[in-house]
Amino acid sequence: MDVDPATPLLYVLSDDLGLRGPKFGCGLGQCGSCTAIVRGRAVRTCVTPVSTVAGAEIVTLEGLGTPERPHPIQQAFIDEQAAQCGFCLNGVVLTAKAVLDANPKASDADLQQATSTILCRCFTHARMWKAIKRYAAEKA
Amino acid sequence: MKRRDFLKASGALVVSFGAASLADRVGLAQGQFGTRASHIDPAQLDSWIAIAADGRVTVYTGKCELGQGILTAQAQLAAEELSVPLDRVTVIMCDTDVCPDQGTTSGSQSTPTNFNERNLALAAATARQALLKLASTRLGVPVDQLTAADGAVSWSSDRSKRVTYADLVAGKKLNVQLDPNAKRKTESAWAVLGKPARRLDMVAMATGTFEFVHNVRVPGMLHGAVVRPPSVGATLATVDESSLAGLPGVVKVVVKKNFVGVVCEKPWQALQAAGKLKATWTAGPALPPQRDYYEYLRKQPSRDAFVVNSGDVEATLAKAPTVVKATYFHPYQMHGSMGTSCAVADVKNGKATVWSPTQSAYGTRSCVAALLGLQPDDVRVVFTRGAGCYGLNGADTVSLDAALLSQAVGKPVRVQLSRKDEMAWENYGYAYVIEQRAGVDGSGTIVAWDYEAWFPSRGGRPGYDRPGNVITGVLAGHEPQPFRPSQAAEPAGEFRNGSNAAPSYVSGRVARKAGGAGTIASERVLTHTVASPFFTGPLRSPSRLQNTFAHESFLDEIAAQLKADPVAYRLRHLSDARLKAVVSAAAKAASWDARPSPRSNTARSGVATGRGIACVAYEGDNGYVAMVAEIAIDHSTGRIQPKRFVVAQDCGPVSNPDGMRNQLEGGALQGLSRALGEEVTWDDHAITSVDWRTYHSLPFGTEAPVIESVLIDTHGVEAMGAGETAITIVAAAVGNAIFDATGVRIREVPFTPDRIKRALTSRVDSRSVRL
Repeated sequence: MDVDPATPLLYVLSDDLGLRGPKFGCGLGQCGSCTAIVRGRAVRTCVTPVSTVAGAEIVTLEGLGTPERPHPIQQAFIDEQAAQCGFCLNGVVLTAKAVLDANPKASDADLQQATSTILCRCFTHARMWKAIKRYAAEKA
Repeated sequence: MKRRDFLKASGALVVSFGAASLADRVGLAQGQFGTRASHIDPAQLDSWIAIAADGRVTVYTGKCELGQGILTAQAQLAAEELSVPLDRVTVIMCDTDVCPDQGTTSGSQSTPTNFNERNLALAAATARQALLKLASTRLGVPVDQLTAADGAVSWSSDRSKRVTYADLVAGKKLNVQLDPNAKRKTESAWAVLGKPARRLDMVAMATGTFEFVHNVRVPGMLHGAVVRPPSVGATLATVDESSLAGLPGVVKVVVKKNFVGVVCEKPWQALQAAGKLKATWTAGPALPPQRDYYEYLRKQPSRDAFVVNSGDVEATLAKAPTVVKATYFHPYQMHGSMGTSCAVADVKNGKATVWSPTQSAYGTRSCVAALLGLQPDDVRVVFTRGAGCYGLNGADTVSLDAALLSQAVGKPVRVQLSRKDEMAWENYGYAYVIEQRAGVDGSGTIVAWDYEAWFPSRGGRPGYDRPGNVITGVLAGHEPQPFRPSQAAEPAGEFRNGSNAAPSYVSGRVARKAGGAGTIASERVLTHTVASPFFTGPLRSPSRLQNTFAHESFLDEIAAQLKADPVAYRLRHLSDARLKAVVSAAAKAASWDARPSPRSNTARSGVATGRGIACVAYEGDNGYVAMVAEIAIDHSTGRIQPKRFVVAQDCGPVSNPDGMRNQLEGGALQGLSRALGEEVTWDDHAITSVDWRTYHSLPFGTEAPVIESVLIDTHGVEAMGAGETAITIVAAAVGNAIFDATGVRIREVPFTPDRIKRALTSRVDSRSVRL
């Protein structure tokens, strides 16, 4: 792929590769909409130059499961009906997944800390929290 | 794709429309819903519902999904009335080539509009009736001996005598008018409506396959970015295109009066180019200082209106042994969508197609036409979902941006705004100053209520002919809705409380008929609309939220002065049975401890706890809700920790109980965010709330209150809106709980830790310690 190395990863994912999971929310790394999992960690792709992720494994929301066979964390969100407009889901799901994959016994405080800079303007917080806890319980 | 092609592609066989014959009436005749007559005739069944050869049902609606769940609810409605499984229904929303014009999706009106005895509900009932009639002829069995189930009609006495909808309509047009006498199924017979239904969009959203407008890709599409003025009212002096020399991918710099944009091959290039383009601007007038803004508002020329005026308020107040006064303040707040607004436009050969997240597809169609010099019939707006918008975010303005840029290059152009451009130029929710006075008689009953408010307004929804109501239209040379000061006329006709300017406790007597929810007969409600330096628009629960904060805080203040229990004191002044019922239900569910506020021995240090209640008849008659808020407050930090929200709600028959709970929970927390932290700020020339560090939204990781909901399903009444009920009362319920915990009344939103701490420290009205 031929792109300017300074291009934020988000633009490569959503424009050059046409992926729908990562989304432009602020371009400032403040809201979480653009999150992808890079080398096992949740990364804000809108402020990550593509040159810094050369050779790395990158997982986006659509890389977890499919509509026919959702990943367990996606299924947890479906079961809790944890969305309104759905724009923030990408950041919430991937951030929680990265934390719980790294530490399946992550405490509520750990999870709160990890998600404390994610925004959801529909304020579906309660359901999304339940979905995360459901996935955590399945994993533990 | 035209409607004809669309139906062919989807396999639908029901086609009946007369675009050509009606086309010349567009823009002239008045249609339903206060709209212009459109080429899709809402009186025709085929405008709303089509049944395809494979039996799938397609619904065409003018009310769109914004995250509130109306997609799924409308599918439930069609599935119910037509007796087909939910997964056999497809809903097409707000595509101006195929959907009827139902005006704007707003004001919690989608449910009242489409779920009662009119419009989509009537279409579905008419379709069912028409199918039964066709089946009767086909099977030779009277209609009253037929049963519809699972997309087929059968003889009740012999189920083998059966014909499917697909067989019935194949090769035919239903071609019937909506029948005002078509009977809907009774609520007790509902199998799909009234039951929790999973959102039809949920799986796609959770798996990252859902197509938002941000994901629309059109062959040959370019990417645009806009260059907004540096300050409010600034005008363009010069643009130096040579400043982009050498930048890769630049296609064109587009200037139209004060509108400036660039078109590039790729989005990142467009953003870079917009940042580097050298443009000089002549500054606009200085802004009124924010520090004194509420005082400023009260001194401006205003457009005045009475909601109610019994004419005897001053006299009643003069006689009352006790008069209570208070002034409340609410800032501008913003929609602040998660995703910045985005649209894709394809303008060429005198035609335009716009993929837009607008809540007013037909209005945007006319505005795009006006902006580009086209006829409305040559513009197609295809509603495509954006991020949740809660009223009027940049959806309309970015649609105009994309249209202008696409016209300039003759190719499809996608525009997504920057975070700063989204926030600095959106149509903010109104700031408010509200003065309240009440007279109380010797028995402790309120006998007079006087309300006077000032709020700034500029622009709004573009509607059918006001591109200038949003920033792009103004920059391109259109004017916003003009502002003309005027005196208030005496209220006439009937009592209307659509903005909840009148408190629930007044009788609302207009032309000798009482239309209010309460008992206070001496009443005056006077509003002053003032010209705003910033664009304003209908942010979720517009004016209703600000007014209700003032009303429900003030009622609490009066109750406290009389040492009355806030729940009992509300009930004492209400007459509306449904509003009283939700107040009682919330109090009961919260195990409300009946006593006056503040609690005795309020703490002066450490963590104090308290509870508050608030209620509203949303828009006067579009949903009844009450909330008990339980909070803890830390004297040392001024931080509020909400512990528990108990919400009781009556919105008539509920289409999707799980969807309603989702709205109620989200509304309650959004209300909390707006009460605790959200405020638009500015300096001498420009807005300074331009990102999530300078505009404070409650983040995900914060400890949220437990939200318990009691849904009261009143039978035999109309279905009402539920998207804006809970949010309307949060600030008042929380403010009342702060008072209960501490004895300190906060009359200014937001309740920031700094503001609260200062109020607690000085133990006085927060207004005397303005920050």
